[in-house]
Amino acid sequence: MHSDGFFWQAFVYLTAAVLSVPIAKRLGLGSVLGYLIAGAIIGPYVLGLVGEEGQDVMHFAEFGVVMMLFLVGLELQPSLLWRLRGPILGMGGMQVGATTLTIAGLAIAVGTDWKMALAIGLTLALSSTAIVLQTLNEKGLMKTPAGESCFSVLLFQDIAVIPMLALMPLLAFAGADSAHDEHASAIAHLPGWQQALIVLLLIGTIVVVGRLLMRPIFRFIASTQLREIFTATALLLVIGIALAMQSVGLSAALGTFVAGVVLAESEYRHELEGDIEPFKGLLLGLFFISVGANIDFALIGSDPGLILSLVGALVVVKLAVLFVTGRVFKLATSQNYLFSFALAQGGEFAFVLFSFAVQNSVLTPAIANPLVAAVAVSMALTPLLMIINEKLVQPRFATAQSQRDPDVIDQENAVIVAGYGRFGHVVGRLLKINGIPTTVLDLDPEQIEILGRFGHKVFYGDAGRTDLLHAAGAHDAKLLLLAIDDPEKTNEIAKQVRQHYPHLRILARAQSLEHTYELMHIGVESVFRETYDTALDMGVEALKAVGFRAYQAQRAARTFKRHDREAMRDLYQHWKEQKNYMALATERVNDLEQLLTEDARDQQNHTDHAWDAPPPIKKNEEDPT
Amino acid sequence: MKEKRILLLFAHPAYHKSRVNRYLLDAAKKVEGVYIHDLYEEYPDFHIDIPREQGLLLEHDIVVFQHPFYWYSCPALLKEWLDLVLQHGFAYGDEATALRGKWLLTATTTGGRAHVYQRGGMNHYTMREFLVPFERTASLCGMRYLPPFVVHGTRAIDDDETLVDHARQYGEILTRLRDGAIDPDALHLDYLNDLLGETNSDA
Repeated sequence: MHSDGFFWQAFVYLTAAVLSVPIAKRLGLGSVLGYLIAGAIIGPYVLGLVGEEGQDVMHFAEFGVVMMLFLVGLELQPSLLWRLRGPILGMGGMQVGATTLTIAGLAIAVGTDWKMALAIGLTLALSSTAIVLQTLNEKGLMKTPAGESCFSVLLFQDIAVIPMLALMPLLAFAGADSAHDEHASAIAHLPGWQQALIVLLLIGTIVVVGRLLMRPIFRFIASTQLREIFTATALLLVIGIALAMQSVGLSAALGTFVAGVVLAESEYRHELEGDIEPFKGLLLGLFFISVGANIDFALIGSDPGLILSLVGALVVVKLAVLFVTGRVFKLATSQNYLFSFALAQGGEFAFVLFSFAVQNSVLTPAIANPLVAAVAVSMALTPLLMIINEKLVQPRFATAQSQRDPDVIDQENAVIVAGYGRFGHVVGRLLKINGIPTTVLDLDPEQIEILGRFGHKVFYGDAGRTDLLHAAGAHDAKLLLLAIDDPEKTNEIAKQVRQHYPHLRILARAQSLEHTYELMHIGVESVFRETYDTALDMGVEALKAVGFRAYQAQRAARTFKRHDREAMRDLYQHWKEQKNYMALATERVNDLEQLLTEDARDQQNHTDHAWDAPPPIKKNEEDPT
Repeated sequence: MKEKRILLLFAHPAYHKSRVNRYLLDAAKKVEGVYIHDLYEEYPDFHIDIPREQGLLLEHDIVVFQHPFYWYSCPALLKEWLDLVLQHGFAYGDEATALRGKWLLTATTTGGRAHVYQRGGMNHYTMREFLVPFERTASLCGMRYLPPFVVHGTRAIDDDETLVDHARQYGEILTRLRDGAIDPDALHLDYLNDLLGETNSDA
């Protein structure tokens, strides 16, 4: 592909995405369907803007799925994973087993050889991790019982792909050559027990390295303060694990998922999420587009009845098996419908398995091609099925079960603290001691390390990034404490938050009077000049030292502060009018001058009349007080 | 008749633990025309803004002090308020007319039951006697001091109905005060609660 071709391709894909996804989303169809439609439109059967390289693009874009599982792992604390072990093995096993048997049985019933039937059943038992997780995420359903069940089943399926790939060659029809092919792994020639040992070693290495080595490495990288290198490290980690897993014939998605779980408790979790998220999003979009582009409309057109009945049978069988599975595992009925509708499609692994099966002479192209088309169509139908569930099925339960089950809230607190240095940690400690949990972000690895030793959980991360704030729960939080020591950064974050999370109240640390105005201008409700109160405390001590009574000195300082606050409001107006043409330096001086003038003008307000006695009494008069 | 404007000065240093005062305040909030001024919320540092408070007094016809009864008096911040805001020349003194003709009502809650606030009772004196400092303060400022609204025996109240009942009575009395439906000259009551002619559960 020469560069013109590459840019042209990128242009076509991006245009398709930019045009169709927002429209689909507006229409309530969800981004996945938008991408699929975009793919179908630019594909060889409609506009023909992209052609054969669609397959390559799809292989490349599958990496988005790998990244998605890494992110899913990051969100999943090991304790939660352990809690899900029942659903993963139980629901996953039952769904894959029962679906395989039912579909294989149907295939035999229509006269297929049992080996072929088994291969078809296994392949079609899989669902689409990419489409389901993306759609559930978008709808915010991941943490519902149905969402967790979907996730468990998908995880089991991802693991089940490995033995399926191993089993396929054994199902080859007589005389077929099941020699090595492109999917065979580097260790395929070794005896079985050695393969198993290597696989176990690799997973063990990921866990140990993730636990012990990654933290110091990330700390070292983070201390260089080079954002792009941190991103590069995160990408390197994901790609490296994917390569290692593929070299032993394991699913790359599974490997990065394990790595994600291992890193889920690290303080770099939010930062990693933020770094990988955009890549994942783009690649996944690309993946959906290529799925859309690869739908073989010519084949569908040549025998629409066959394809449609295949799709219908696939969806109905999967729905039925899923529904029974959900029943057995005691999902509430409305949740069970969501679970069943979400997973009732063929998965992206079906493309891999079918082509693998054809290469290994398990299936003939004549059988595999219509099935591939049916899987693609069923994937495209998933967002529609989910909409049907949402609009037609769920409303029936609206009265019976009026509210959605509560979300499992993990590390999303009502208060987010950005910056946990000498300023922020005082605020954070006060809140903590009073039983208010906070989600804390900081950029200083050493500080994080020290606090970690004392049991304070601080996440490494740049609060200036909305994706990171989102990961920290800004959409649900009430309060953001901006306590970082960089005024420009503070302003930048405040602007971002004002724009993206208008509900979030901001308390901000300001460095100077000028900075205070800037923050007021951005719309920050409460601004705290970092040295102001300390200076005032010193003033109180000075007054006491020259003979003021302590309470008198204290009152004088409070009166002064109130007066200052009022003066500042006036000065802010003045600043707003002048800031466009006045140089910064003169402004500072000017501010001070103005403050002093105000002091002189309001001198009378400064005198404390409290507890003043009435004037001396006249003779023969009784003082009633 | 024109509606009277009521300024309710609420003083409770531990409102988060309060039960009876919470009910009473909620009832007051529902009466339109009552301006609720939560002193401990406004001045947690006891640094009372005197001009602002005096301004509020000028804008209202009836002042209500609502607070729990601490050591036979009000919580510290309300005392501070009295000391600071009722300045000579504003509240009292030859030329001071700012508060003349306004009414003052104490609405308070006591842990002890009604019968201990009597001659021969554990506290030896009646509520009216304990409240003499407030009565004299009002009098010196040219204000009329109304019989107090009191909820006695707060620690013995263990049911919501009683709380709701007291709150309803309080709201009713504030409404009547606002509407000018109470003639202070005709009041010969120990408690303003009795105005409604209902028997109090603890009387």
